[in-house]
Amino acid sequence: MSDLAAATPREEILRLAGASGGDDGGRIRGSGATIARYGGGLLVGLALWALLYRLLDPASRWLSFTALSLDPGSALGSAVQFFLYDAPKVFMLLVLVVFAVSIVRTFFTPERTRAMLAGRREAVGNVLAGGLGIVTPFCSCSAVPLFIGFVTAGVPLGVTFSFLISAPLVNEVAVVLLWGLFGWRVALLYLATGLAIAIGAGWVLGRLGLERHVEPWVYAVTVGDAQLQAPSWRERVGAGRTAVREVVGKVWPYLLGGIAVGALIHGYVPEGFLASFMGRGAWWSVPLAVLLGVPMYANAAGMIPVVEALLGKGAALGTALAFMMAVIALSLPEFVILRKVLRPRLLAVFAGVVASGILIVGYLFNVLDIGRLVVS
Amino acid sequence: MEIKVLGTGCAKCEQLYETTRAAVEQSGLDPGLVVKVADIDEILAHGVMMTPALVIDGEVKSTGKVPDAAQIAAWVGEAAG
Repeated sequence: MSDLAAATPREEILRLAGASGGDDGGRIRGSGATIARYGGGLLVGLALWALLYRLLDPASRWLSFTALSLDPGSALGSAVQFFLYDAPKVFMLLVLVVFAVSIVRTFFTPERTRAMLAGRREAVGNVLAGGLGIVTPFCSCSAVPLFIGFVTAGVPLGVTFSFLISAPLVNEVAVVLLWGLFGWRVALLYLATGLAIAIGAGWVLGRLGLERHVEPWVYAVTVGDAQLQAPSWRERVGAGRTAVREVVGKVWPYLLGGIAVGALIHGYVPEGFLASFMGRGAWWSVPLAVLLGVPMYANAAGMIPVVEALLGKGAALGTALAFMMAVIALSLPEFVILRKVLRPRLLAVFAGVVASGILIVGYLFNVLDIGRLVVS
Repeated sequence: MEIKVLGTGCAKCEQLYETTRAAVEQSGLDPGLVVKVADIDEILAHGVMMTPALVIDGEVKSTGKVPDAAQIAAWVGEAAG
């Protein structure tokens, strides 16, 4: 997709110099011609992507069974073919989704999200905050300025929490990896339950009337108003390319690890190995998974090999997802960051409510045996 | 000219600081013009909720990302008039 960035730095500088007014307040800049050019480039790129994606399965078979002359019925043959098919497949999904999501994110700044949430009633506000948590760019290192910015602008505390839970928990990398490795049903289920936890926990926290457990200095901060120019299409596409480079650069070792584990399980490990102590029957496995998950800190990508191993060896889906969510949503480093603005009691209630939400989801999945319906 | 890099010490904040210094030096100005701001009150006073952010002469130029050096140099050139 390098043809999309075909303008010279000189043109870029001239364009930036000419567009310094910043008076178009959020409107999309760029003429119809540029949009058509980017649109055309994206369509061609998408068509190539789809073609390549369709070739993956036959290519992996040809490589494993013809070029390497492995026996399709053997453990080694099936493990190698699984790896050669799955690794490029998940990478391609990752590139496509991360690119698309980062372009969508250039339309949602925290400032805009805050304006949409300010003064919202609870319930509606919680639902909206959960959804906006998915599309608004977020990094846990910015949790404090974001929290203060939201609260001082009149976003209710519970609604702010819905956003703070949803933003790291329901992220595109987790959804894509679950989709690539376990199928779209598991991915969709993760998305829906992550959202439900963010909305539900935020609502409960709002009902508890905990405002006085926010550090008082938070309300005394004067928050300014940043007048940022709306990005051009070139900048939006640039943001997509940067995000792909960053995410793929960070994620690939975990991804290869996860797929290798999956391939080994696919070929070698007997089914139901973990079923006796992490299966649906073991009631204590869900709280244990959540407890183990809190002190651990990893991003969604790092969790995937673990979840793959757990599910592949017979752990129940509810237990595996509870573990993954606890690691991502409840982390000690984030608590340390949030301690600056939340008093210990509020922090503890926050952790407790989110953990309860994860427990409920884990039990619900295991009791209803959702795993049997969605994991092929 | 006053060039501020707002950030609470994350990896990207350091990256933006270094990139901005390089861009300023490239434009023939003193890289010492670039100052780091970690104070949360000052960050919020600029209306920034996503770090790192770049502020030139009081105007927020970017938030939550590290723009490339050419872009920063263009902003600096514009501010230098």
